[in-house]
Amino acid sequence: MDSVKHLRFDVAVVGAGPAGIAAALAAADSGKTVGLIDDNPAAGGQIWRGAQNVQRHSVSAVWLERLNKSAIQLVRGARVFHAADGELAAESDDSAIQISYGKLILATGARELYLPFPGWTLPNVMGAGGLQALVKSGLDIAGKRIVVAGTGPLLLAVAAYARKCGAKVVGICEQTTRPRMARFGMKMMLVPGKAAEALHFAYELRGIPHWTDCWPVAAFGNRRLESVRISRQGQTSEIECDYLACGFHLIPNVELPRMCGCQLKNGFVDVNEYQQTSVAGTYCAGEPTGIGGLELALVEGEIAGYAATNWEDRAKHLFPKRARYQTVVRILKAAFPLRPELKNLARPDTLVCRCEDVSHERLCEYTSWRAAKLHTRCGMGPCQGRVCAPAAEFLFGWQIDSVRPPLYPVRCSSLAAIPSHSVPRN
Amino acid sequence: MNKPSEVVIVGAGIVGAACAFELAAEGLRVLVIDEGFPSTGATGAAMGHIVVMDDSEAQFAITRYSQILWDDLCDQLPAAVEFDPCGTLWVAADEEEMAEVRRKFDYYRERGVNAEILDSQQVRDAEPRLRAPLTGALRVPGDSVVYPPCATGFLLQKARELGARIIHGRPVAAIGAGTVRLADGTVLAAAFIINAAGQSAPQLSRGISIKPRKGHLVITDRYPNFLRHQVVELGYLKSAHSLTADSVAFNVQPRKTGQILIGSSRQYGAQNSTVDESILARMLQRAFEYMPDLNSLSAIRVWTGFRPATPDKLPLIGPSPEDPSVLVAAGHEGLGITTSLATAKLICAQILGQRPAIPVQPYLPSRQMTAEAHV
Ligand SMILES: Cc1cc2nc3c(=O)[nH]c(=O)nc-3n(C[C@H](O)[C@H](O)[C@H](O)COP(=O)(O)OP(=O)(O)OC[C@H]3O[C@@H](n4cnc5c(N)ncnc54)[C@H](O)[C@@H]3O)c2cc1C
Ligand SMILES: Cc1cc2nc3c(=O)[nH]c(=O)nc-3n(C[C@H](O)[C@H](O)[C@H](O)COP(=O)(O)OP(=O)(O)OC[C@H]3O[C@@H](n4cnc5c(N)ncnc54)[C@H](O)[C@@H]3O)c2cc1C
Repeated sequence: MDSVKHLRFDVAVVGAGPAGIAAALAAADSGKTVGLIDDNPAAGGQIWRGAQNVQRHSVSAVWLERLNKSAIQLVRGARVFHAADGELAAESDDSAIQISYGKLILATGARELYLPFPGWTLPNVMGAGGLQALVKSGLDIAGKRIVVAGTGPLLLAVAAYARKCGAKVVGICEQTTRPRMARFGMKMMLVPGKAAEALHFAYELRGIPHWTDCWPVAAFGNRRLESVRISRQGQTSEIECDYLACGFHLIPNVELPRMCGCQLKNGFVDVNEYQQTSVAGTYCAGEPTGIGGLELALVEGEIAGYAATNWEDRAKHLFPKRARYQTVVRILKAAFPLRPELKNLARPDTLVCRCEDVSHERLCEYTSWRAAKLHTRCGMGPCQGRVCAPAAEFLFGWQIDSVRPPLYPVRCSSLAAIPSHSVPRN
Repeated sequence: MNKPSEVVIVGAGIVGAACAFELAAEGLRVLVIDEGFPSTGATGAAMGHIVVMDDSEAQFAITRYSQILWDDLCDQLPAAVEFDPCGTLWVAADEEEMAEVRRKFDYYRERGVNAEILDSQQVRDAEPRLRAPLTGALRVPGDSVVYPPCATGFLLQKARELGARIIHGRPVAAIGAGTVRLADGTVLAAAFIINAAGQSAPQLSRGISIKPRKGHLVITDRYPNFLRHQVVELGYLKSAHSLTADSVAFNVQPRKTGQILIGSSRQYGAQNSTVDESILARMLQRAFEYMPDLNSLSAIRVWTGFRPATPDKLPLIGPSPEDPSVLVAAGHEGLGITTSLATAKLICAQILGQRPAIPVQPYLPSRQMTAEAHV
């Protein structure tokens, strides 16, 4: 039987992405004990993962360096799968971990939305961030032909990264309209730091076609991807490629906040100006409060870290900075709404749930997620709807209901080691 | 709505669905109404063990009859119902439980149910993952497993093909005197009304008593061939009998998907559907005691459900004590997936004035009135 570890922190931070790192560092300024828990082998989150070996003075290097030098206890490779009554339960490779805390900061980030279209389950069709993560962990894409498709600035980041790693980026398919894209570019120029970023991307991506009003319609290949059919300004054409990296929006990871009892507003965790959620003593920062990019995640994290250690003054100082970056949330929302045509890409036999092989056609018979789930097994597999539930929400407009433990698959022994309380809770 | 229905069934759980199929097959015009969607209630949370039980003669009669009905149906069941004739292994951990194995064996054999006593070594051969040594076990090969929501879907589909109509998302506010009043004010007339509202049945028919009995279940990832039978500890009988204390028992089920469903717990008085960590931990510890390898399997989900329990652990099947135009078909506790089919036969026989295959007296709701009078 696995061992059970007990940890206690004045401030526990879940998620060691930019928001969590900033929060942990701010909280540690007070001298309180801070634990930073993340399911990956190293800190950094989606964007800084594997960034240990980048240039010394980059933003990521500076933050990661500060983290290394701090007294913060980094709990690596530990996934929080349950929360109740002021305690967290996590699992690592060799043990179950019970974590109690005075204050809790949730910085769980976001994941990608996958939209089903014919061929989307072929090997080498993947999420844009997913491809990036694979490359960071060793996949060699030198000389490979890559089509990047979907929406939003993530496409540019991934395309630039892929090119830097030696891939041939055949084209970037952006589903939004040309006028929206143009307005987006203009507005972002006014956000501090973003003009430089845009120029940087423009330079890195020079010569790569960037099509607007363009999206993937189907992917083809025998055993793995060979080509993709795209719709571009009303015309379809086929492009040969080795990888198709799709990124349609990010989905905030609100499952753990919900399990902690935090209220949501329009799908995001509802927080006050101090980043405090509806649950006293529980804070939230980064993507779960709104998709707004790196700078916003950092400043929200700092505010949460200060507020959780009763340093309201310091937190307040950062309000104007946060306000500047919050405009990004609005700009992104206005620029990249998903077009309705994307709801019609799936054919009757296109799989929506790949864990349980449930086709689009079978889901069409139902009127709610729960009914569809019970009767078709959609979302009942190991990913527990992490992939198909957001897709079903977009395709059918269904409300996705209850969160239940475990948030992620865990060993039965870890489940049996959830902290429990002798007082019955009814 | 077109022609008036002859029978309105309130509730599209497995019991309502089975009644709809049976009555439609007899040529009656049937309408099923559910406030949620089919299998919203206990049916959607159940294990789906089709099992012969012998707590009482009446329980034996209805479970055995039902099991035969499931076997008759099995050729028609689509793959989604995941029918699996895996049998049950009742395991004995000590001599006292072994005595129970022998008693149960005799009881089943006398009544024509195939069963087989296994010694310690045979138990190991039958289920190598069980801890050794166990004293022995009773194998009942005729028991099986289904996936309850799809079994319900199948019964409703059959009923539909025979002309039944099903509406969902419409709560029923009141029933009686040949009418069904929906919460939105619609009033429907029917010659017969069947109250198959599960745990909520007493809200529609006064004079009957059903209490929710909470249970927890854990489902794992796929581990084909990990388990062959539904395996239940005989200590289960000791704990399941208690009408007050919270209890847990080792009860694991192989799913056709290769997944393992781990149960079980029983709690009275718990109204909230949230997972109770302490009972969950106790339930899993109990399972690890019997099958240590379970502890390293990946658990993908935990949920709870409420068994609609009557004080004497027998279902209520027959005229409502307060209004004979209403037939109650509810209160099936932890056996409603099994006993749904026999329940439908008994209801149908009462409506058509036919002689049922097993005596209906033990299940008549009026017994609850008599029982109360005795208190
Ligand atoms: C797939 C993907 C790729 C991206 N690529 C880029 C890019 O190339 N360039 C760019 O500018 N922006 C990118 N972004 C956006 C960028 O991540 C955000 O703008 C911002 O940095 C988010 O910071 P965060 O701290 O809120 O979240 P994240 O960086 O997502 O950090 C959250 C961390 O919490 C961990 N976590 C979550 N739940 C648990 C749990 N229950 N237990 C333990 N740990 C948990 C996660 O594993 C993760 O490490 C990407 C986002 C995604 C989702
Ligand atoms: C954890 C657990 C494990 C179990 N394992 C097994 C097992 O292995 N084998 C077995 O045989 N049984 C098992 N059972 C028992 C079985 O689930 C129940 O006995 C059975 O599902 C009861 O079916 P039902 O149709 O009576 O009730 P339900 O499924 O609860 O259906 C009642 C329906 O009525 C509807 N309804 C209620 N009120 C109204 C209203 N006012 N208007 C309209 N509609 C209404 C509800 O929405 C619901 O759909 C288990 C139960 C639990 C909780």
